[in-house]
Amino acid sequence: MTVDARGMTFGEINERLRTADEATVENCLGQRFIACGMGGKKITVNGTPGNALGAYLDGAEITVYGNAQDAVGDTMNDGRIIIHGSTGDATGYAMRGGEIYVRDSAGYRAGIHMKAYKEKLPVMVIGGSCGSFAGEYQAGGIIIVLGRRINVPIIGNFCGTGMHGGRIYLCCDEIGVHLPRQVKVRPAEKEDMEFISGYIKNYCMFFSDDYGEIARRHFFVLEPDSENPYKQLYVLN
Amino acid sequence: MLKREGEVRIPSGCAVAGLFSKDGKSISGETIIRAMTVMHDRSNGLGGGFAGYGIYPQYKDYYAFHVFYESASAREECEKYINEMYEVINLSKIPVKKSPKITNEPLIWRYFISPDHNRLRDSQLDEKEYVVRTVVHINTQMDGAYVFSSGKNMGVFKAVGFPEDVGEFYRLDEYEGYSWTAHGRYPTNTPGWWGGAHPFAMLDYSIVHNGEISSYDANRRYIEMFGYKCTLLTDTEVITYIIDYLVRRTGLTLEETASVIAAPFWSTIEGRSEGERERLTYLRNTFSSLLITGPFSILLGFDGGMMALNDRLKLRSMVVGEKDDMVYIASEECALRVMEPSIERVWAPKGGEPVIVRLNRKNGDS
Repeated sequence: MTVDARGMTFGEINERLRTADEATVENCLGQRFIACGMGGKKITVNGTPGNALGAYLDGAEITVYGNAQDAVGDTMNDGRIIIHGSTGDATGYAMRGGEIYVRDSAGYRAGIHMKAYKEKLPVMVIGGSCGSFAGEYQAGGIIIVLGRRINVPIIGNFCGTGMHGGRIYLCCDEIGVHLPRQVKVRPAEKEDMEFISGYIKNYCMFFSDDYGEIARRHFFVLEPDSENPYKQLYVLN
Repeated sequence: MLKREGEVRIPSGCAVAGLFSKDGKSISGETIIRAMTVMHDRSNGLGGGFAGYGIYPQYKDYYAFHVFYESASAREECEKYINEMYEVINLSKIPVKKSPKITNEPLIWRYFISPDHNRLRDSQLDEKEYVVRTVVHINTQMDGAYVFSSGKNMGVFKAVGFPEDVGEFYRLDEYEGYSWTAHGRYPTNTPGWWGGAHPFAMLDYSIVHNGEISSYDANRRYIEMFGYKCTLLTDTEVITYIIDYLVRRTGLTLEETASVIAAPFWSTIEGRSEGERERLTYLRNTFSSLLITGPFSILLGFDGGMMALNDRLKLRSMVVGEKDDMVYIASEECALRVMEPSIERVWAPKGGEPVIVRLNRKNGDS
């Protein structure tokens, strides 16, 4: 099924998507909540979907040819979002399951409040760089940043501020920015690379990148330091 | 009786957009209205507004006052004062297109004026300061009169309503300018008031703002020491006065102004090179009361240029795109693409990193 989104509200688009197992949305421009809460279907979006693309996603696979805006996969539970472009702020906001792959870069606060529970392990792979506050208040899950085709630091300031669970993997020779005190950094070991190789392979498959080349590069692992827990950044109350 | 701004608290969501032709091309207001249409859901119909620059070439040497009046008597009183203080070259109602979507409009008048020569000399003020003081006088001393635009060759148009409806109401497709900014408002706890819509303007500075300033009262107390009066008690108004104070009266550059109002964290400053560290430390210490905290993305319009700025934590979204001599800025990428479908470079500036665009040449102005 093809849905021409021109002139349509997000409600109208989603109503159509609910009736199909496979659908393509053409001329998408700013409509929010595309495929919100959906499961068991494949959706392709051509254009620029609005904020909260795939919010509460529950098993559907969304592929976007273009850039996405803020809060991609907000609180998603299961499924996959593949962005052939970049994303805005708060990508994967509070996601608790499923996978997000971004070919290029993500804005501020990628993976803020990600969490894991029992068999639920959310994964986000960013091909380029992340803005400041990546993994802010991260409680679980994994964020992988590959640093492909960038001329800026792979992460911005305050990465992992308030982090108390999960891991961030950064593909770079040096991190180059100051990290908050409660974040521990170490070089990735063989087991780490084995753990994330499947996700990197997926990235390379979706976006035709060179897995062998990426796998040979150096990765860091960021984890919360349980002996030096997060206190506060914003204000003293 | 509707409650005025300041009598209730107003958290806001909001949308901003701007476009700028570096070659000074004349662009109709229709393009910026389209940008607001696609971001409709960011507003709730309680405020929309626009600022256009280069729109009054035939009166470019005169201050253009746009004034709301709540009554004919307010207009009489205000016009008496304007006639005393200024030479009035032209006055008229601002033409509007009546629409069921825009209701309860005040009287909306426009004056092209020049300070009265003798009054200006006797005041011992420079011309711009003279204009600022008369605007503050009207807005604080005259019941039912509110000057919402006071620059040269620019104008603010705002109302209670959705921004695209406000644009049609003011017939902005009939104006042409090299620079436009726009705002859609989402106040959630108040009926909204025409004067409280954005942009907020003083002289040729205009501000549209998405966000909420936590430092409002600290900023207000400081800025009111310099003769400004925050008459609306909304956070955006104080930004306009801070910009006027820092740029026009103190002589800071826009880059320095950005380093004052969105100063980096001390931990970030520590990591900078020595010269940069000294510069940032000086600015933060000297103007500590003008640090604006809380989420904001703002567009500052001014004569011959535009600046976009996010708060240092970047708690609001803003994207910029370019195509030939055009620069487009908006809360959402979809708005850039609706203004220019074949837009070329799209990026999101970092928190506290100003994007400043200026005319390549001052077209027409001496």
